[in-house]
Amino acid sequence: MEPKLSPDLLLTGYRNLVLVRTLDSRMLSLQRQGRIGFYVPSTGEEACQVGSAMALEKRDWVFPAYREPGAAIWRGFPIETLIAQAYGNAADPQRGRQMPNHFGASDIHYVTTSSPVGTQITQAVGAAWAAKIRHEDVVSLTFFGDGATSEGDFHAGMNFAGVFKASTIFFCKNNQWAISVPVAKQTAAKTIAEKARAYGMDGVRVDGNDLLAVYAVTKAAVDKARGGGGPTLIEALTYRMGPHSSSDDPTRYRSKDEVEAWARRDPIDRMRKYLELKGLWSKDREDALRAELDDLIQNTIKEVERQPPPAIETLFSDVTAELSPQIREQMEAYLASGERRRPEMLDKFPL
Amino acid sequence: MPAMTMVQAINNALREEMRRDDRVIVLGEDVGRNGGVFRCTEGLLDEFPDRVFDTPLAEGGIIGTAIGMALYGLRPVPEIQFMDFIYPAFDQIVSEAAKMRYRSGGQFTVPMTIRTPFGGGIRGGHYHSQSSEAYFCHTPGLKVVVPSTPKEAKGLLTASIRDPDPVMFLEPKKLYRSSREEVPEGEVLVPIGEAAVRRPGKDVSLIAYGYMAQVCLEAAAKAAEKGVEAEVIDLRTLVPLDEPKILASVKKTGRAVVVYEAPRTGGFGGEISAILAEKAIEYLRGPIVRVTGFDTPFPYTLEDVYMPNGDRVLAAIDKVMAF
Repeated sequence: MEPKLSPDLLLTGYRNLVLVRTLDSRMLSLQRQGRIGFYVPSTGEEACQVGSAMALEKRDWVFPAYREPGAAIWRGFPIETLIAQAYGNAADPQRGRQMPNHFGASDIHYVTTSSPVGTQITQAVGAAWAAKIRHEDVVSLTFFGDGATSEGDFHAGMNFAGVFKASTIFFCKNNQWAISVPVAKQTAAKTIAEKARAYGMDGVRVDGNDLLAVYAVTKAAVDKARGGGGPTLIEALTYRMGPHSSSDDPTRYRSKDEVEAWARRDPIDRMRKYLELKGLWSKDREDALRAELDDLIQNTIKEVERQPPPAIETLFSDVTAELSPQIREQMEAYLASGERRRPEMLDKFPL
Repeated sequence: MPAMTMVQAINNALREEMRRDDRVIVLGEDVGRNGGVFRCTEGLLDEFPDRVFDTPLAEGGIIGTAIGMALYGLRPVPEIQFMDFIYPAFDQIVSEAAKMRYRSGGQFTVPMTIRTPFGGGIRGGHYHSQSSEAYFCHTPGLKVVVPSTPKEAKGLLTASIRDPDPVMFLEPKKLYRSSREEVPEGEVLVPIGEAAVRRPGKDVSLIAYGYMAQVCLEAAAKAAEKGVEAEVIDLRTLVPLDEPKILASVKKTGRAVVVYEAPRTGGFGGEISAILAEKAIEYLRGPIVRVTGFDTPFPYTLEDVYMPNGDRVLAAIDKVMAF
């Protein structure tokens, strides 16, 4: 099962895992300090994000949920943009319109994230279907959690993909918890993967904390889709080590023992051991990488934090391509009112 | 120039846009082999076998996949068989299509036209008759278009398909085959955002859209017999609304009757009334009066009691003319 990946690719993959982990801990502490309003960590799930993204080509499309920064970064999403989006300031191309972690970028075909769970699933199928209509060799991959498999959009997306043989990879990150509800309360099925059968497609389970296994399974699904073999459902078994979000306290609903058992299967530790066995890694390199990433993130935060909030006018733009007469009137009336309130949200977060 | 029903004009617009632009895709329930339950897509599958799709029976799936196509760069025109069945797709329309441009800072857009028959008058009971335009007018990021003649249906649908943003294209099914009109072959464009004065008058403004525009014309003809000259404004586009045309009319006549067949409370005509009260109150000689459906679910047997008609509009005219 060991995939053939060059040492360079293996090392870049590992670097991305550590980058996501480092970013998570820094961003969560920024939230605790009141410098950003909210954060969604993905600690423990890094291998799912990076391993799957490694199997895609640039031309492919990703329809994410809100816990896959590793996939975006792998595809080229700049760290400074990710951090600026969390601040929602003038350096955010989305102009501060979305909560942290709800980013996206058209140049990397990474669709901007929404909070309603599962809505991206049918959209991913539509994009792959469009590629098929245009005879273009493009696949789509959509991320979602175990909770999303209870949504109607999961059913509709799987069903449409089966019927139209769309080249979509359904990547379910089964991290065991949907906020406080365990996967056993989402479905009576023994596995999520087995649901694929009812839609006429293959379903596979993979150890989501094993970067190489995630890559291998996703690559096989992508190759099959490109060859005209249709969609695949991948269930990656992993664990949400942290809270659902910075607003959540998981000690209310799950045991310390459970968390500790999963900590022993940490995806970063496992990848590091693999690299060490291959003779590609050492303690010195590890220390250097950690220091480099700490600096990178600290410095980027310092740079990004200096940016002002988005201009008031950006509240009114991009609703439709042209400003409607109504919105123009509302904007002009607001600007003429003399009330030029600085966004107080920058100092005070209600979340 | 051929005389067409609204169904034929819609079919003609779809066919011509599909010929002009190979990114235009038609998808929905029964739109392929069957040509749609109202036949709006008849013959399209034969001419465009790779771009017309009978989908599984799932409105959320139809709109969700259409959004994905639009993000990818196509121009999907999904059909929702009846507006009464649109609610499973509500999340996709309101949370996704409507917000995509805004939430991405203009990086991702959804040029999609959702066609759906709406409104009463065909004995459809409450699941084939509703007018739920207000939900969509209340959602920033959507345009809402309602034609009322065959030629304009072609022109507005063409403009909608070419629009860079999501458009709710609501087809008054009562008018699908009720009359024919000369509709030119080739390009017909009616810009989104412009109302039309259907009948000029100086005494009272009747403001409506869809089938109710025709009801207002009937009422205006009856009013004329009594010497009252009613002006009929057909909105054609609800969002973005052509306020200047409405305000110009009411400033001239000093009286307004707003007509819509949806339930009264929270209906789009309430917004028209509010705009008139805010921006033209000094011109008003009497109250703004609404003629609407009742705040009940849409009925089956008693449909004619529910639907606003010419007499009800005439009674409202009498009421405002008394001031």
